[in-house]
Amino acid sequence: MQYAISILLSGVSLGGQYALIAIGYTMVYGILRLINFAHGDVFMVAGLMTVYLSTFLPIYVCLPLTAVLTVLLGFVIERVAYKPLRSAPRMSVMISAIGVSYLLQNLATYITGGLPQMYPQVPGLSASVTIAGTSTKWVTIVTPFLVVALVIALTQLINHTKIGMAMRAVAKDFETSQLMGIKINNVISMTFIIGSFLAAVGSMLYFTNYQSIVPLSGALPGLRAFVAAVFGGIGSIPGAVIGAFLIGICESIIKGSDWSVFSDAFTFALLIVVLVVKPTGLFGEKVTDKV
Amino acid sequence: MKWNKVIALAMTGALSLGLLSACSGGGTSSAPEGDSGSSSGEKVVRIGVFEPATGDSGAGGKQEMLGMQYANRETPTVDIGGETYQVELVYADNGSDPAKAPTAAAELVNQDVSLVLGSYGSSVAMAGGPTFDEAGLSVIGVTCTNPNITAGNDYYFRICFLDNFQAQVLVNFAKDKFNAQKAYLLGELGNEYDQGLISYFEQNFDGEVVKDSFPTNTSDFTTYLNKAAAEGCDVIFCPVSIAYSTQIVKLAADTNLDIPILGSDTLDSNMVLEAAAGSNVQLYVSTFYQEGGSPEFDEGIKAWLNEDSTAMTNNGGNDTIAAVTAMGYDANYVALEALKAAGSTDPGDVKAALPGVTYTGVSGAIAFDEQGDAIRDTAYIKTADNANEAWTLETVQTAE
Amino acid sequence: MLQEKKSKRGTFIALLCVAALLVLVLVLENTMRPTSMLFTVLKKGAVYAVVATSMNLLNGFTGLFSLGQAGFMLLGAYTYAILTIPVADRESVYYLYQGTIVNFSLPDLFGGADTPLGLVLGVLLALILAGCVAAAVAWLIGLPVLRLKSDYLAIATLGFGEIIRAIFQWDVLGPVTNGANALKSFPTFSSFNIENADGDVVLRLSTFVPFLLAAICIGIIVLLINSSYGRAFKAIREDEVAAEAMGINLAKHKRPSFCISSFFAGVGGGMFAMFASQAQAKTFTTAMTYEILLIVVIGGLGSISGSSIAAFLYVAASEWWLRFLDAETYIGDFKVPFLRTGFRMVVFSIIIMIVVLFFRRGLMGDKELTDLFRPRRKQKEAAK
Repeated sequence: MQYAISILLSGVSLGGQYALIAIGYTMVYGILRLINFAHGDVFMVAGLMTVYLSTFLPIYVCLPLTAVLTVLLGFVIERVAYKPLRSAPRMSVMISAIGVSYLLQNLATYITGGLPQMYPQVPGLSASVTIAGTSTKWVTIVTPFLVVALVIALTQLINHTKIGMAMRAVAKDFETSQLMGIKINNVISMTFIIGSFLAAVGSMLYFTNYQSIVPLSGALPGLRAFVAAVFGGIGSIPGAVIGAFLIGICESIIKGSDWSVFSDAFTFALLIVVLVVKPTGLFGEKVTDKV
Repeated sequence: MKWNKVIALAMTGALSLGLLSACSGGGTSSAPEGDSGSSSGEKVVRIGVFEPATGDSGAGGKQEMLGMQYANRETPTVDIGGETYQVELVYADNGSDPAKAPTAAAELVNQDVSLVLGSYGSSVAMAGGPTFDEAGLSVIGVTCTNPNITAGNDYYFRICFLDNFQAQVLVNFAKDKFNAQKAYLLGELGNEYDQGLISYFEQNFDGEVVKDSFPTNTSDFTTYLNKAAAEGCDVIFCPVSIAYSTQIVKLAADTNLDIPILGSDTLDSNMVLEAAAGSNVQLYVSTFYQEGGSPEFDEGIKAWLNEDSTAMTNNGGNDTIAAVTAMGYDANYVALEALKAAGSTDPGDVKAALPGVTYTGVSGAIAFDEQGDAIRDTAYIKTADNANEAWTLETVQTAE
Repeated sequence: MLQEKKSKRGTFIALLCVAALLVLVLVLENTMRPTSMLFTVLKKGAVYAVVATSMNLLNGFTGLFSLGQAGFMLLGAYTYAILTIPVADRESVYYLYQGTIVNFSLPDLFGGADTPLGLVLGVLLALILAGCVAAAVAWLIGLPVLRLKSDYLAIATLGFGEIIRAIFQWDVLGPVTNGANALKSFPTFSSFNIENADGDVVLRLSTFVPFLLAAICIGIIVLLINSSYGRAFKAIREDEVAAEAMGINLAKHKRPSFCISSFFAGVGGGMFAMFASQAQAKTFTTAMTYEILLIVVIGGLGSISGSSIAAFLYVAASEWWLRFLDAETYIGDFKVPFLRTGFRMVVFSIIIMIVVLFFRRGLMGDKELTDLFRPRRKQKEAAK
């Protein structure tokens, strides 16, 4: 029983952290039809920023500053690496995304010298707590609530503000919305800003739990979050969140079973099955190709 | 259209130019050994350092290199055949990646080194081995413990003990100290070093085992540790690289895990020690050297670490001496002994002389058997003193 | 009529160039110092050229964006290794599993890897089988996956690569795959060096062999692209829906393209094992697929000669020419800033980003090397 609770707890907290990354994927894909491969690495860079900032700044200054810098990074990446390719084939943009991911990883290797970096203790979140006999950190408990709060705020933003309306319009029909006078570049930048902000928050939660950061730390959570986004139906924010929680819990259960070797493989097998059986995912809209 | 053509032609030209320059480069560097460095009036002998500076094992590789660098600072010259040579260390980063190891090895071969030291990590040593074998360049393995490295490779030697010995030592320790009946074994999926040790542990252990492998780049070990607790295991054995072991130990420290953790030589790192600091996690590692084994060496290298900030960073930010550093230090001296015995800088002569080399280093006496492995029958088991952030010697184990 | 003659002349010139290149490699190898970095780069470049060309066939010519190349290479490398490790060495290679359940070796069947016949036949057959296994698996995977559209296909094939890797590392399959341990002791490129009775090398073929293999593989791919199949592939790339409307059966053409590409990726994987002297699942990561994809992009999507040249440039730049960036350098007493471990890869990835952003068509665009030497006027005419 105690074991089951511990598995569930770690699954839920993992799921929450994946959810925050998955939203970034799903929003960018919804608008640009681009799998932003660099998103996982932005998440990793956010973690590293906190590590380096915390060496000379108090932690309560350092966390908001990380969020601001990560947002800036997401914005710059979009302007430099994706915007010039807006009229290019989708494959080119995706390759550019892979290139950015490669660059961020190599840059991180260079700066850290290849040594694992320890994430600083965050007061409150890092403290231990015991639930039903299982010892865990506060961050595990806080994560799901924080995720739900952020998602509610985000849906409010999308449904009730002008920029949110523009986002929905662009996601629906890229060209028409342009004709309707929507400043498409601003909308896209806004998407990247929101996505990066959530990735920064995600990195704070994730790395408080798993403190060691290496240049490849973002790759796996990134891919899993993407699977979660596909699973929930790409373009749909509630879908991404529910997908992320499901993936997180499944991953924990498999790791706890005798099949732990296949914990990663399972995630991808699930992805392939979902893509083949129901490509639109749990909550996705049906998209028809226009000739 | 036109530009594309120009660029394409230019790049093709660059390629052929590169090939040409390579030809001429190859020509000059194939000049006789003794000539190199003649401009400064001093003869130079080059020793290759085949170590990871990046990737999973980067931290360990850097600590091992510190030992070599310190030895090189201490003894920068060697007398070969009656002449004094300046010793130069030539580095090639194998990136902890078996795919990059052959080219890193080829780079050293290309640089005209007389022999090579390395590597930390068994997978890369095995991947680079054939390149050295083919080039006829001998390698002194420092802390690569997998038996398959020297087997079938005439040019690979090593100064450390082997995994089967190490696993045996840890099994004995687990039984003597904890009377362990059930062990939890955790390693990285597809890592030859981890899985080899786990297999040997399993073979030698007469109790029950639960085995798990985690995929590369995993950072969530909660479930694994919980599983060990839920299964009622008496010990956890996790022979994983520093990058993972810091996370596992940190997690165990945070969750007040009361199962003792046994680690292999990779866990003997001040970064792991730091992760355990201030907690009551029980951590035991088997290793090659215990601080205090040679006070003179300890004092000297600490002084150097404290004055050289880069070296300090590479050692993980404090001056605790890792066993791999001591091993790197000894490896460098074994190499110098080999050069002296060979009486020349020719790789062939060095290879011929190496099997007969004996040396008493800070980590004990070193001699090679017919396979090229070190004849060693002692391993130190250290435990983490979490309050003082230091290692204390638990016991010295010998093979039975 | 005239054009046909022209293209025939082009083919002839191309063949001549390839032959000249092979001779050059052979001469260089036997005159220069064999341990030079150049040969390591040339060997790896030849292997990557095969894999990059196979990926180009899929991504550049058929327009299917697949990221499963490392997975297929893994299949090829393991098939090759399992089939060619001499029976006598199996005990020591599979030391953790007390031997293997695969107790035959192709070179041994033809008289052993020490005899020329056994070596050549054994290795060739093993490489072909390596390709076949990869192609067979590709066919199976293709059944569900090829129905997916562009980026979904990419992510599904990427996932497939990860799944394959986990399966091969699973220790239950250890007696076949050797679990986490590397497979080694099989014939490598250096086994082809001809030695005299004293064990001295008389003729070095260790770089010539990968070049020859690469030339054959790439040659077959070129022939395929110029066939009617190849034209159908291109039609699918340009516009899937239109191609379907023109009567091209999409599934019927996508699947062969996928299988053939995987076949050569498998052969390339086998060659990679020969280059690295070992096969280990850990090396065939997504990062490797990305590397190959970047080679294809740098060379130009849709250009075979582009991919080949880019493979050599890429390997040479990343493994050799830029290595000085990793070493701390002093000019006199002045320490050159930035230079330390890892800087090489940073510079390298910036170069790649520049190519991706500003030279989107890569080195060659969709042109071939032979097009460059053709008079421009004729080319214009041909375009009409």
